Amino acid sequence: MVRFYDQEFSSRLLIGTALYPSPKIMQDAIRAAGSQIVTVSLRRETAGGKTGDAFWSLIRELDVTVLPNTAGCKSVREAVTTAKLARELFGTSWIKLEVIADNDTLQPDVVGLVEAASILIKDGFEVFPYCTEDLSVAMRLVDAGCKVVMPWAAPIGSAKGITNRDALRLLRERLPDITLVVDAGIGAPSHAAQALELGYDAVLLNTAVAKAADPVAMAGAFKLAVEAGRAAHEAGLMDARDFASPSTPVVGTPFWHAVS
Amino acid sequence: MQVTVNGEQRKIAARTVDALLTELDYEGTHFAIAVNFDVLPKSRWAETMLNSGDEIEIITPRQGG
Repeated sequence: MVRFYDQEFSSRLLIGTALYPSPKIMQDAIRAAGSQIVTVSLRRETAGGKTGDAFWSLIRELDVTVLPNTAGCKSVREAVTTAKLARELFGTSWIKLEVIADNDTLQPDVVGLVEAASILIKDGFEVFPYCTEDLSVAMRLVDAGCKVVMPWAAPIGSAKGITNRDALRLLRERLPDITLVVDAGIGAPSHAAQALELGYDAVLLNTAVAKAADPVAMAGAFKLAVEAGRAAHEAGLMDARDFASPSTPVVGTPFWHAVS
Repeated sequence: MQVTVNGEQRKIAARTVDALLTELDYEGTHFAIAVNFDVLPKSRWAETMLNSGDEIEIITPRQGG
């Protein structure tokens, strides 16, 4: 089981609700992923519009826990207000906190992130901060009261997979009691498996499933990869080494002494 | 009076948030509203008076990653 604040879940695959070819495929993909937590967002509603109502009824049919995000917020003020709007709209104190520094890389503004996280935690929020793999930032977030930290693997939607494995490994070693989620940049099930093998508690992804040729089948593939990665971590992976070590016994090799 | 709704300047007759929603034909049920960066719980929509120059955000659930 994986713990997010005071709730426990069996699925370690958190999934986004955006970019699917159709609402039906979104629902089928989320079911195929076995996800129990889905991310959602908030946007302006045009006058007379019912876009929000239609989307919300699709999500409610899935019987999942929602994790609203502050995607697109570029300042502490915007992110804090958006989080409060999300709490009002979705009736949850959970917030995936994003404060974005740069449009092209969607690089988290880690300074603003720590400030916004502190404000929201004091206001009773349970914050899931989207951050870089920097240890000092993660430690500040934990000091502020975050019990979940979500470093990126690579920029959002880039599909590059884990680009700084050593830093992610270090985060895991230094924050053993924090729920760690690799969020963003995952492109293939093997990337998700790697995150779980490193001891990460879960992964959060969206584009890799939604933009696959067959999103429902890909969601199933990610489910298997996350389960395999976790099982491997629990089984205890061997350490890598620089030289070969024969797996077949050497003693009793035929013609042992005949070779010059 | 003149207010900004979702980033657009509008001339409105409504004096309260509730009346504004009616005036602008908002018919859905899932909204959250902020006025000048202050989030207003639904219970206060009827009583909250609007002032000229207010910035109003009307927000609904949407797909997200």
